[in-house]
Amino acid sequence: MPTEQLSERPEGARRLENVVIRFAGDSGDGMQLTGDRFGAQAAAIGNDVATLPNYPAEIRAPAGTVAGVSSYQLHIADHDIRTPGDQPDVLVAMNPAALKANVAELRPGGVIILDTDAFTVLGLEKAGYDVDPLTDGSLDAFQVHGINLTGFAAAAVADHNLKRKDAARTKNMFALGLVSWMFSQPIEDTIAYLHKRFASKPDVQAANVSALRAGWIYGEASEAFANVYEVKPAPLPAGTYRHMKGNKAVAYGLVAAAHQAGMPLFLGAYPITPASEILHELSALASNDVRSFQAEDEIAAIGAAIGGSYAGMLGVTVTSGPGMALKAEALGLAVIMELPLVIVNVQRGGPSTGLPTKTEQSDLLQAIYGRHGEAPMPVIAVRSAADGFDAAMEAARIALAYRTPVILLSDAYIANGSEPWRVPEIEELPFIGIDLATEPNGVDAEGNPVFLPYARDPITLARPLAIPGTPGLTHRIGGLEKADLTGAVSYDPDNHDLMIRTRQSKIDGIDVPPLEVEDPSGPPGSGADVLVIGWGSTWGPIGEACRQVRAEGMKVAQAHLRHIVPLPANLASVLSEYHTVLVPEMNLGQLAGHLRRETLIDTVGYNQTRGMPFRTAELASVITRVIQGIDEDAAGAAGTKPVGDVGARRAALSEAGAAKPAAHAGTATATQHDGTREAGR
Amino acid sequence: MSTVNGKAEEPVGGASGRRAPTVADFTTGQEVRWCPGCGDHAILSTMRGLLPALGVAPENTVVVSGIGCSSRLPYYLDTYGIHSIHGRAPSFATGISINRPDLSVWVVTGDGDALAIGGNHLIHALRRNVNLKILLLNNHIYGLTKGQASPTSKVGTIGPSSPFGSLDNPFNPIALALGAGATFVARTIDTDRRHLTATLTAAAAHKGAALVEIRQGCPTFSAIPRQPNRAAGETSPAESDDPSAPEHGPIRLSPGLPIVFGAKEQWGIVRDPSTGELGIGHGGDSRVVVHDPGTQNSTYAYALARLAETSLAEPPIGVYRSVSAPSFDQLYQERLATARPDGRGDLRTLLKGTDSWTHAG
Ligand SMILES: Cc1ncc(C[n+]2csc(CCOP(=O)(O)OP(=O)(O)O)c2C)c(N)n1
Ligand code: SF4
Ligand SMILES: [Mg+2]
Repeated sequence: MPTEQLSERPEGARRLENVVIRFAGDSGDGMQLTGDRFGAQAAAIGNDVATLPNYPAEIRAPAGTVAGVSSYQLHIADHDIRTPGDQPDVLVAMNPAALKANVAELRPGGVIILDTDAFTVLGLEKAGYDVDPLTDGSLDAFQVHGINLTGFAAAAVADHNLKRKDAARTKNMFALGLVSWMFSQPIEDTIAYLHKRFASKPDVQAANVSALRAGWIYGEASEAFANVYEVKPAPLPAGTYRHMKGNKAVAYGLVAAAHQAGMPLFLGAYPITPASEILHELSALASNDVRSFQAEDEIAAIGAAIGGSYAGMLGVTVTSGPGMALKAEALGLAVIMELPLVIVNVQRGGPSTGLPTKTEQSDLLQAIYGRHGEAPMPVIAVRSAADGFDAAMEAARIALAYRTPVILLSDAYIANGSEPWRVPEIEELPFIGIDLATEPNGVDAEGNPVFLPYARDPITLARPLAIPGTPGLTHRIGGLEKADLTGAVSYDPDNHDLMIRTRQSKIDGIDVPPLEVEDPSGPPGSGADVLVIGWGSTWGPIGEACRQVRAEGMKVAQAHLRHIVPLPANLASVLSEYHTVLVPEMNLGQLAGHLRRETLIDTVGYNQTRGMPFRTAELASVITRVIQGIDEDAAGAAGTKPVGDVGARRAALSEAGAAKPAAHAGTATATQHDGTREAGR
Repeated sequence: MSTVNGKAEEPVGGASGRRAPTVADFTTGQEVRWCPGCGDHAILSTMRGLLPALGVAPENTVVVSGIGCSSRLPYYLDTYGIHSIHGRAPSFATGISINRPDLSVWVVTGDGDALAIGGNHLIHALRRNVNLKILLLNNHIYGLTKGQASPTSKVGTIGPSSPFGSLDNPFNPIALALGAGATFVARTIDTDRRHLTATLTAAAAHKGAALVEIRQGCPTFSAIPRQPNRAAGETSPAESDDPSAPEHGPIRLSPGLPIVFGAKEQWGIVRDPSTGELGIGHGGDSRVVVHDPGTQNSTYAYALARLAETSLAEPPIGVYRSVSAPSFDQLYQERLATARPDGRGDLRTLLKGTDSWTHAG
């Protein structure tokens, strides 16, 4: 059957505003690829898409076990969405373990497509099922489609002389074809993709394409599915779009920054999940004058990046928490040498190796304070996959303009998640190039022209940069304290004090945009009583939760911090306009503590560290409780407990603990700082 | 002022059209702060004399150091330089060198800096063959932190942290460098300026990583007993019959010459033809080895380095190994050049990719 015919939208498709689909299987089943392709197909037809890959830390956990399950959730919609969705509507389970690990999160009434080939006695045993879930009635609440995906796929590829095992491995493409048919998605892009990906293995290439098409045809022919669905394009602003993953967006942002600075990009890195992909992306871009270097460890990686910066490159290093810890000493050196440098930390669950493939926001305080000495450093956070591009450019802008290392925080959720990204025109990008020193900028005691590497720009306090090779400007820099202006080694107490304050002032004075508040009910002071403020990847869940709360008729404001050091100048005045400021974080209250220190404003925290992003429903209920708490306060129904009172906090904690429903991954777990009962300041 | 655009692409600066640089051009006004009699003084003054002779302009020379007494050296040389953090100098230097093949990049490090905290970076710079001239100022002690045993201190070294004598075996820096695959490995000594100058000149001429161990006296914490300077016609007062006695002074390795030593060259290094192993024999023995640092296989250089540990009071000085191999810098630049035969790729093309679509809005 020719492809064109395959791609026609089935007649009479039922329109959906949005749908959440989760592909789940064994780590070896290719679920990440399947999900990624489905997302790309949806994006290409104009849907808004948000994705959440989830995979085990082991490359191959024991096959068929729950520990080895890998999944990929997608939310596709005909309107602007910001999260991958709370509960799947459709679950594709390639084996019993995948069913077991995911079925509890499926919406009641949702669709399950499962591969009956894997539901053998052994398969059930490995997954830890005592009774076959297909027969014991436990799935009665769902619409179950048991299909021999492996068998059909193997039959479809029988002509491609693959080994049995390899033939069976095309089952993921069969499943993708079937689900694509179900949601009226054309599969040409995926066919083109498969052609490229398996270009060197013609048999595998042809087999995957056959399985994909067979899946689509099966959907059409089998009549097993009563309905075909369609999600119409979302009204995104006009432009050229790409389905963009967070790590790739950061990589591209760095390349664009170097381009807009007129400098080569130099990356020093050491592999670490979930940051390695940035190293991989950049390593492939030598043609765009990206120089990448895989060092022997994270210390050498940042060392090389600093060396590159000193030599006139835009120096960059990328890592995750454990690597960040190793880089701390070199960061201090970059601070005192005042060299431009971008340090990307793609956060994962800590401490130590922690949850290496899961997300967390627990390196914020490390980023802000994690160096010895007074070593101030700008900190910027990426808020979503597509935002990685702009955030990386902004980090580079600050690094160059102020001659400072800048920490860019991302996390595993952003890194692996994806969404449509509007490709900017080059003319839209800011120019961030800097002037290098080429001539002496001072005179010595005898009136001879000299180069003063620590003379400063009166506005930015940036020092001049002279790169090796520039005649007449030879100078030495290093970790010892420098004399103001000359940069010579100085042990003078007053000079040290002056230099510490100067470096701090330089960072404090960085020009960052004011904090904006999103609140349809009015500007700060005349709109909502509750402001929800976040940083990093909580932007999406907080935004969706606020929309949900507003849809229920309540007022709530949202603000998001891209710049964490320095904070926007209007921060304190904005926060003080609200009765209650709620700070949801995937840590135990790191931003909340920082805000208190910087603004003397107490906030109410909502914290969890489960390695997964917040669910919209969970946050919406927290926000609702906070709003209702204020109303109760106003009615005098509840006495105000002083915030900061340890006893009150303990009490709130245990109340929250008592109210906590049975442990279940999909439930809100109120944790420390859950001050929803102590609303108000 | 000009923007950085394109700057790194071509060699910048250069001494062309200017008078030849002098010692003064490489000397900073910074007061030199080492103990009187410290071997570092001699090494600094040798460097000041050597650099002008190499014909590289001060601005095209970068000296990177770690932390230690020895690592203060860059402050006293009027070139570009970084006094970095303990042990990490090779990493900074690598970032500079591979991006800027127009520069001459030197690393100055100590035995603690290079072999304890920085051991990892040293071996990797050597195995990659980064175009760095690495001067390892080996005083067999932690000088700056006041006399603790270092990775090159002899077993039994008494220091503030080893009051009953150190227990750990020392590294042999030459053997270590050879093991890491270094393409140029040499040893010299602070007290012999001619040898020092000749060795550093040979290192400077090497394309790729050059490791030079400079045995350096630290009169404050670890003096090397002064050796007779045979170049100046001095002989030891009582030449003993024992080839491992210290008064013979270090063996000098010269390419193409037999390895003989003693006042009357009565001793020599011989190779057992059946096993290939090296040992000490008589100077007239026909099995005396003719020194060849260009041997590709580093087994010979390694055996020579190890022999000294067991059979000689002083390790031989000279170039142990000098073989040519493409430098990492060169390979790195070639890789970049082949990746962009027509210059830098178009940014918009990259950003758009092959999977973009247009949305009418
Ligand atoms: C991270 C770190 N650890 C420890 C030190 C303290 N420290 C400074 S120099 C040094 C040892 C230097 O020994 P060596 O490299 O042999 O240099 P020398 O002073 O002997 O020339 C130590 C331990 C430091 N500066 N930084
Ligand atoms: S302590 Fe030793 S190495 Fe350091 S300056 Fe003094 S003599 Fe030289
Ligand atoms: Mg030492």
